Amino acid sequence: MEIYIKGTGIISPQKTTDNSVFLDEIVTHDKDVLSCVEPAYKEYINPIQLRRMSRLIKMSICASKICLKEAGIENPGGIITGTGLGLVEDTEKFLNSVLDYKEQFLTPTSFIQSTHNTISGQVAIALQCFNYNNTYSHRGFSFESALLDAMLLINDKDAENVLVGGFDEITEQHHSILKKTKWVKKEKVNHLDLLNYKTPGTVDGEGVSFFALTGKRESGTYAQIKNISTLYKPKDFKEIENHINKFLADNGISKNELDLVILGLNGNSDTDGIYYHLTDAYFNTNYAYFKHLCGEFHTVGAFALWLAAKSIKHQVVPEIAKLNKQNFVNKPIKNVLVYNHFKNINHSFYLLNQ
Amino acid sequence: MSKRIFVTGIGIISGIGNNIEETLQSILDGKTGVGKITHLETFHKDTIPVSEVKYSNEELIELMGLNKKDPFTRATLMGIVAADEAVKSAGIKNINDYRTGVISGTTVGGMDKSEQFYHDFLTAGEHIEYIESHDCGDSTERIADYVGVKDFVSTTSTACSSAANSIMFGARLIKNNRLDRVIAGGTESLTKYHLNGFNTLMILDREQCKPFDENRKGLNLGEGAAFVVLESEDIVRETGKKVFCELTGYGNACEAFHQTASTPEGKGAYLAMKKALDRSGLKPEQIDYINAHGTGTENNDISEGRAIETLFGKTPPPVSSTKSFTGHTTSAAGAIEAVLSVLAIQHNLIYPNMNFNQQMKELSFRPVTELLTNVKVDHVLSNSFGFGGNNSALIFSRY
Repeated sequence: MEIYIKGTGIISPQKTTDNSVFLDEIVTHDKDVLSCVEPAYKEYINPIQLRRMSRLIKMSICASKICLKEAGIENPGGIITGTGLGLVEDTEKFLNSVLDYKEQFLTPTSFIQSTHNTISGQVAIALQCFNYNNTYSHRGFSFESALLDAMLLINDKDAENVLVGGFDEITEQHHSILKKTKWVKKEKVNHLDLLNYKTPGTVDGEGVSFFALTGKRESGTYAQIKNISTLYKPKDFKEIENHINKFLADNGISKNELDLVILGLNGNSDTDGIYYHLTDAYFNTNYAYFKHLCGEFHTVGAFALWLAAKSIKHQVVPEIAKLNKQNFVNKPIKNVLVYNHFKNINHSFYLLNQ
Repeated sequence: MSKRIFVTGIGIISGIGNNIEETLQSILDGKTGVGKITHLETFHKDTIPVSEVKYSNEELIELMGLNKKDPFTRATLMGIVAADEAVKSAGIKNINDYRTGVISGTTVGGMDKSEQFYHDFLTAGEHIEYIESHDCGDSTERIADYVGVKDFVSTTSTACSSAANSIMFGARLIKNNRLDRVIAGGTESLTKYHLNGFNTLMILDREQCKPFDENRKGLNLGEGAAFVVLESEDIVRETGKKVFCELTGYGNACEAFHQTASTPEGKGAYLAMKKALDRSGLKPEQIDYINAHGTGTENNDISEGRAIETLFGKTPPPVSSTKSFTGHTTSAAGAIEAVLSVLAIQHNLIYPNMNFNQQMKELSFRPVTELLTNVKVDHVLSNSFGFGGNNSALIFSRY
């Protein structure tokens, strides 16, 4: 498919809102969650509107503006978002009042803002965009569904360009709930050292990422998204390998032509095995990883897509993201594969090229 | 890209029936599902009527032969019933003989259990396994696992238009040759969370809802699930199987006006219907029946009514809302009404808009108020509009 990334707007636990830099300075987090480095909103949103917005809405409006500005697009042909858990802060607020006040004396604001499509709706209102609008919420396929939808929209010529985004937020209360599950590390974690704990669980993160996609290669284009693919509940490593083989073959590329593979390692000893299997016994190239920078969340694939696109555009992989630092081979970055999985349930693959 | 999309299976569960047959019978009998709350534990039990699925969770688990130790939410259970019926009605023997996906729409997801066990979530009490069934994807994956689908799973979440968007995404995946078959629809259970949410918006009628009536007072919430099986032209040709109807049009547009309100002139509604018509290649006068979103709120019925007038003129084709039967099943509504649209074509029926009394002064038309039988129904337009300005329209046509 002819799908190109023309602009990005990324708010993450790293300093990523300035598109002219690329992880030049690394932010370390002392708390046991990685929260977003929030921009100065008043540069993007007027103060009256700002007061009414919850944190995630602010971040999303801001990221979408950064993205469209870079792409030079005023009104996209579609707005599509993906989110694992939607607007957690507003949901908690309304749920807590329903429970605490026994279903009485409630006000609607947090309820209104708690549906998952709030972001795509609010961005559309901000842009006065009446075009196609959709939101997906499916675990580790949330952003991937949105991205696939955007690609189909362009491919079907239903839109010339599409604003596609992924968003998820972590709150204190939600983090305290996640800590009751096996998916979050019990011990205090230095996130930059995430891969060395070799214990179950990972570290919670969050992020808002928007991409402007077009059907034409233009100057300033980051990269081409050649294709994406998803794999649901594979039974073993072999099935994943076969899936990658077929995905690459269907897109006319062999694994030896990959210049960089970006992997979703999150330090969970229960589920990272497949990544090490692939680097040890399947691929033979350069590797990068990223969850030590942004943490784990349902739409983290969007951060990986940004890392891939930006690596292609700048022709460099930031030192902090290199997995095989010792034997990293400097070469042109043309073909990049991103492979990420969520809890070994939702496996996703993006193939990008220059 | 010119690939045609066929509906080859349907399944449904709602307040008016646990399957296709019961649903149709309730409509023929003019029997509503809206009444006093019996399953949902809520302060508003005696004051706000809703349309509940008659089975309890335990009965649904029993009915489908599921393991009662698994953390099933009500959305999952209803979704399994409807998806299973859809797959069976499509006569599918081996679900993996073609590339198959499940796409479901839901918004409250597993909130029914989260609101019950939230204290346990915070204190590591006995129901913490439900933490992982809270999100929207959980029900879709359990439905997919039940019917044995592995190739593709996804969940739309655009509030009250979710299921219509699932059907649309499914059709587009088939057209783009990414899948051959999609079980598409939606599921939503009643929760205290959104019952109270809608209540704070003051749009819940304390009596039976009256869509398109001058004196309408709001909507009745409902719950349920429905799925259609969409299959490619190739499958239908190769197998010569039975086709219920064809999905000829779909359109999605955004109101971009207000998080919970639509413009008085119904801009988004108009655009969604127009896009669906354009895609189908049909002229407005070829539509035989409009299954309206028709929630019974002040705002929706004016904007939708005006949008219909803009597109179809002052004497539009027969219009009715079936929400006076099923209640507003929110994320499932698009699929429940898609199934009703398919049944309208199959049985040559146009459904009555129950509880209608007085024509709205803003509109030139009245909805259909009596059941029409043996009428020509070749093309049905079905509308679904959601919070956040997400408007979608689908067109089903006789094959």
